[in-house]
Amino acid sequence: MRGISSLLFCFLPLLNAPGTCASEQQPFEFGDMSAPQYTLPPLPYAYDALEPHISAQIMELHHGKHHQTYITNLNAALKTQAEAVHTSDITTQVSLQQGIKFNAGGHINHSLFWQNLAPASSADAKTSSAPELLKHIKATWGDEAKFKEAFNAALLSIQGSGWGWLVKVETGKEQRLAIITTKDQDPVVGKGEVPIYGVDMWEHAYYLQYLNGKAAYVQNIWNVINWKTAEERYLGTRADAFEILKASI
Amino acid sequence: MNSTLLRTSALRSAARATASTVSRAGLAGTTFIRGKATLPDLPYDYGALEPSISGKIMELHHKNHHNTYVTSFNTFSEQIAEAKQKSDIAAQIALQPMINFHGGGHINHSLFWENLAPTSQGGGEPPTGALSKAINDSYGSLDAFKEKFNAALAGVQGSGWTWLVQDVQTGSLQIRSYANQDPVVGQFRPVLGVDTWEHAYYLQYQNRKAEYYKAIWNVINWKAAEKRFQ
Ligand SMILES: [Fe+2]
Ligand SMILES: [Fe+2]
Repeated sequence: MRGISSLLFCFLPLLNAPGTCASEQQPFEFGDMSAPQYTLPPLPYAYDALEPHISAQIMELHHGKHHQTYITNLNAALKTQAEAVHTSDITTQVSLQQGIKFNAGGHINHSLFWQNLAPASSADAKTSSAPELLKHIKATWGDEAKFKEAFNAALLSIQGSGWGWLVKVETGKEQRLAIITTKDQDPVVGKGEVPIYGVDMWEHAYYLQYLNGKAAYVQNIWNVINWKTAEERYLGTRADAFEILKASI
Repeated sequence: MNSTLLRTSALRSAARATASTVSRAGLAGTTFIRGKATLPDLPYDYGALEPSISGKIMELHHKNHHNTYVTSFNTFSEQIAEAKQKSDIAAQIALQPMINFHGGGHINHSLFWENLAPTSQGGGEPPTGALSKAINDSYGSLDAFKEKFNAALAGVQGSGWTWLVQDVQTGSLQIRSYANQDPVVGQFRPVLGVDTWEHAYYLQYQNRKAEYYKAIWNVINWKAAEKRFQ
């Protein structure tokens, strides 16, 4: 799945280098004040593929509008940043940081999110597609039900907009699993942290279908978690998890 | 907080009446004396702000979202009162973010309903008197102020509110954004607030939030804002 997605990006026209493949792109130079431009990764399934758990209307707006807006704003901020670096304008560089974190976070989070969802009828949506991860989950939380209960409680405790993630934390040779929540679009990019899967708890992620009933959204999201992707991220490195982002530069 | 909507239920006076023989000092330590927060009635119909804000949004926003803040605030208030009674300082501190969030949600929405009005009841009519003068002095014109306010709304990263506030020390006006349900307390007095949580506009405007920011000025109740401004 991931290999195919990466290939697809090579055929997408890139804003600053039409028709070139990401891997062939030259590092940008400050001389012409160009900056990397990110593009919207295609969804690995159709907009209606997650129904009835997430409606096609939600998916279309979420991917085509919300995710695209983060990318558009990120690209604009990166361009302004490149200019500010070129002109040694340090105050502008600093003032851009929060906007870059927010919009880059939005791009990172949603890119990971689309990949860690799958149609409920697919084999990828069964926990049997993640045997090693499941072992570690059971060792940590006792059983699958207790883990889900803890994850749901974390999601529902978020005050405002944010995300819930299952994260692999590597400290030296040890690795442990943790459920964490992040506010707004803060991405999971801490040292040694590998995001395994995330759940978007912004209201736009469920409101058209679930209204204020976010507990029902949290219940239903389990039907469309892509455990195959989760297993891959669990077994892989940080760089592997963020592969999709590199491909879209 | 001089909002007439932020009232407490009849429980308080009832409790006081039945406990009238108990000394004042005794009352202060009794948790049951606290009044419960209640959902204020909207001062207009759910559909009264259409087409700026749909009736469906208003109904969900008031009956479901606001009411959840009210009931949760009451729950956590009970818990913090219990913790106080047991002198459990750690529990009191742990509960503070819940009081801030749900109490803030209650205060913010109560003020918000008041600072909106259907056009038939003066919604959208420009401010007059001292507030009008202060806005012109600070921002040049009402339109220039709205532009700045909308830019602040658009700049909220995540859920939150934008407020026109008055500095209680200097009396000057400011536009300030607050995250999530952080209420306007302390140094600033709320004059006018706009909810920019997605639930406030999503059913009608989806991702086109700039259209919501533009439309809401047609139902802003400047009379309510004038009463808050000192
Ligand atoms: Fe989202
Ligand atoms: Fe609200």
